[in-house]
Amino acid sequence: MSDIVLTDTFKKPLGFHVAVAAAAGAFAGIFVGAAQGSSLLGIVVGALLLGALSFLAIEVLGRSAEKAVRWGILALFALGGFLFGGLPGLVMGLLFGWFFGWFIYWIGFNRYRAKLVPYLTSGQVLWYYAFRVICGAIFVFLITPILVVMPLSFNAQDFFTFTPEMLRFDPAGYSLKHYRDFFTNSDWQQALKNSVLIAPVATLLSVGFGTLAAIGLSQPHVPFRRAIMAILISPMIVPLIISAAGMYFFYSRIGLQGTYIGVVLAHAALGIPFVIITVTATLVGFDNSLTRAAANMGADPVTTFFRVQMPLILPGVISGALFAFITSFDEVVVVLFVGSAGQKTLPWQMFIGLREQISPTILAVATILVVISIGLLTVVEMLRRRSERLRGMSPG
Amino acid sequence: MTDATHDTTARGKPGPMLAADGTPLKRSLARALRMQKIRALLLIAPLLLFVLVTFIAPIADMLFRSVENDIVANTLPDTVEELASWDGASGETPSEAVYQALYFDLFIAAEAKEHTKLGTRLNYEQTGISSLFRSTGRNLDDLGKDYQKTLKKIDKSWDDGAFWYALMSGEGGEEVLESHRLQYMQLIGQSPRSIISRFWCVIRGIFYKACPTALEDIDLNFTPSAEAAQMLPATVAAYSDFAVFTVLADGDVVAEEDPWEAVYAAFAQDLNAPGTVEKIQSYSGPGQAELLAVTENLADLPAPDFKTTFLDIDKDWGKIENWQTIKIYSPKYTSGYFLNSVDLMKTPEGIDARPENQRIYLKLFKRTLFMSLVITGSCILLGYPVAWILANLPARKANLLMILVLLPFWTSLLVRTSAWKIMLQQQGVINDTLVWLGLVADGNRLVMINNQFGTIVAMTHILLPFMILPMYSVMQTIPPTYLRAAKSLGATNWTAFWRVYFPQTVPGIGAGSILVFILSIGYYITPEIVGGTTGTFISNRIAYHISSSLNWGLAAALGTILLGVVLLLYWAYDRIVGIDNVKLG
Repeated sequence: MSDIVLTDTFKKPLGFHVAVAAAAGAFAGIFVGAAQGSSLLGIVVGALLLGALSFLAIEVLGRSAEKAVRWGILALFALGGFLFGGLPGLVMGLLFGWFFGWFIYWIGFNRYRAKLVPYLTSGQVLWYYAFRVICGAIFVFLITPILVVMPLSFNAQDFFTFTPEMLRFDPAGYSLKHYRDFFTNSDWQQALKNSVLIAPVATLLSVGFGTLAAIGLSQPHVPFRRAIMAILISPMIVPLIISAAGMYFFYSRIGLQGTYIGVVLAHAALGIPFVIITVTATLVGFDNSLTRAAANMGADPVTTFFRVQMPLILPGVISGALFAFITSFDEVVVVLFVGSAGQKTLPWQMFIGLREQISPTILAVATILVVISIGLLTVVEMLRRRSERLRGMSPG
Repeated sequence: MTDATHDTTARGKPGPMLAADGTPLKRSLARALRMQKIRALLLIAPLLLFVLVTFIAPIADMLFRSVENDIVANTLPDTVEELASWDGASGETPSEAVYQALYFDLFIAAEAKEHTKLGTRLNYEQTGISSLFRSTGRNLDDLGKDYQKTLKKIDKSWDDGAFWYALMSGEGGEEVLESHRLQYMQLIGQSPRSIISRFWCVIRGIFYKACPTALEDIDLNFTPSAEAAQMLPATVAAYSDFAVFTVLADGDVVAEEDPWEAVYAAFAQDLNAPGTVEKIQSYSGPGQAELLAVTENLADLPAPDFKTTFLDIDKDWGKIENWQTIKIYSPKYTSGYFLNSVDLMKTPEGIDARPENQRIYLKLFKRTLFMSLVITGSCILLGYPVAWILANLPARKANLLMILVLLPFWTSLLVRTSAWKIMLQQQGVINDTLVWLGLVADGNRLVMINNQFGTIVAMTHILLPFMILPMYSVMQTIPPTYLRAAKSLGATNWTAFWRVYFPQTVPGIGAGSILVFILSIGYYITPEIVGGTTGTFISNRIAYHISSSLNWGLAAALGTILLGVVLLLYWAYDRIVGIDNVKLG
């Protein structure tokens, strides 16, 4: 966070800051008013309130009393919110109060230009912030679905929406019963067991074959390199439904449909492209003179591989393995066709739950999966940095 | 090396350069290169083999199934042969010979319960055939039963399985029997084991459990007599069918079982064939007396009228359309599934459009393409600003925001889909919020799920990271000085963006768009859950044909078309971006 001030901050004219604050108040008033019954009244009250506060803060009390004024606004909104809407109102009031307290001073003292070059026109400044708001909205769009699932999984009711008790932060509105259901229900436990059984074996297969092949592909003279690469990458390109259809037809021909082996082989095939891509990417920066040096010092190829090459490409191998693991762990289309009821995995059980008997246990499972994916994401990011450090690239 | 150079200078003329061990350098180098190539290929080979078996073979199998159509020829082999000479456009039903072949083909098919499969298959092309086959299969016994009763009256031993066995068996008729065994195996969809599958069975026997004995290796304990086959060809054929089925399907002994009704019908037909009586009179073998007794009562055994029999069972056997359908779909390979997937069909006059109310696939393909385009478009619109801000913020802030992009990317697809399902529901979070804010009346909540809107929103969210990441990696490489230079030369903000910045980001947009488009065109899970009936894709139809309607050929044809589109797009992607530039995270 740099504190460089590019443009001086100064008090804006009275008309400007009062008008902007009133407009913001009116905008917030629409929603608050609508929720209370009359949006028109909300607009008027919001505009008047914010206009008056802005006048009071900037013109009368000034910059010296900023801290006190912002606390005052916070208290005022919190109190108002509590009187109107109880506990949830208090939370909303606190948020609004904090925001408007900051907003009034931000506008009133031209702070919004502090980090921008001085020659920008008002229109450009407006666009600069509008653009940021748009981006913020898109980020909200990206993350909201995941954030909504988590609190809902603690719902005491079997509903898929926030109950009034939850909104009142009433402890009675929350419970762990969906988690309890997940850990006691035999269907879910069987599915979990299958997932935990299938994914590691599939990962092992794709990493074992994939790493060897990636090393082979990275040699300087490989005949038919492009064709081989295209074949090995193809499971990633072909739409899953087509892979699933083909595997269903073919595996039932050779008696693998509906068996663990069939599902494991199918998932291993789907994970291979990820291993190939990550490991070949790691090998691009690999210095071949290291293996020659090792050979020169008397190491045989196997020793060279395990003592020199493997430690250096290990980050790529592990992140490839994680990709392969998550591919298998998340996969539902192929297992739906290649597996039978005995190989029901976690995603399959979720899919059935979503399509037929929708149960909130899905949300508990979803939350657990989100936590797992956050863990995996952290691991991959750490590995990427380690790999770049090892290969002498600057950490990104 | 030094020796080699020394040699050349000493002789004064350029000779081949030699390596340290005395071989020419060129050859030595070529050998080293070859070794390197072989080593690389040996490293790749296990995986290549693995992918070929677990992935490429299934895809090839699907491609094959989209044209494969041997069920008609396998179930009704003789009928198809007889039908070849029938002119479908003549307006007349086929000849008696066709009905006769159909009787014997259908009899064994009905015993093996395969006739309903054929009925289902042909029902895709002509509705009503399925029930026609099913009802016919139930009533085929009647014809033979009458003859059976008459024969029993003439001599008791005609009702005895052991007598028939004695009459039929002998030597020299292996060929007839084996051809019927092969026909039966084709009927139940099995072919003789190839060397590869025999090898596979050995491996399976070692690791898992042994394969059951191949059908062609089972001893039938029956050999038709060549003499009987020459005298009573149809009877021996029908009895061979019976013998093959008794051993292979039921696991019984031929000599102990009473023959099928079809054998009696065939016998009656043989007796009425010209020359049979003379042959019987000169015959001397088992059952000679009984056969002679039958020839004396020939008047009680008129030649069977197969056509009338079929028409009595179901008058639809007189319908030209049904016979046309059987004839059109009798070749072993057909373009019918592909025609079906583009709303065309085969008729005796050639290829024609389907009736208006059956045209769904072109509409579905168009909808899939349209919705994929909309999803790609909205991903560009939403992804561009985000990629821009990620590429232009200081590294620390950008990394923090990147987590917001990567977290959905890493989260299970089903988690995100279920999140959208509960958010978009009528009683869901978004509707509740809108109602609480008073923007929507409680009585008419928005319908945002089980339609195209739901699919587009959910899939845009799911595929957005795939758009942002390639755009981001391209935008990162564009120096910010270009924009400043443009502005200092007098360009407005818009001109600087549109003429200088935007053209440089086009590769990123292209890469992201093709990626998103390829992914969305084959999506199955999300449309299935949030798409309802109007928001589904072609992939949902493929899944339906595999698991519900069991029209695998059509599913394979639809899949092949989809695969073709995807591969075409992928080829374009490779030309524009290159496979090697696919990056993850």
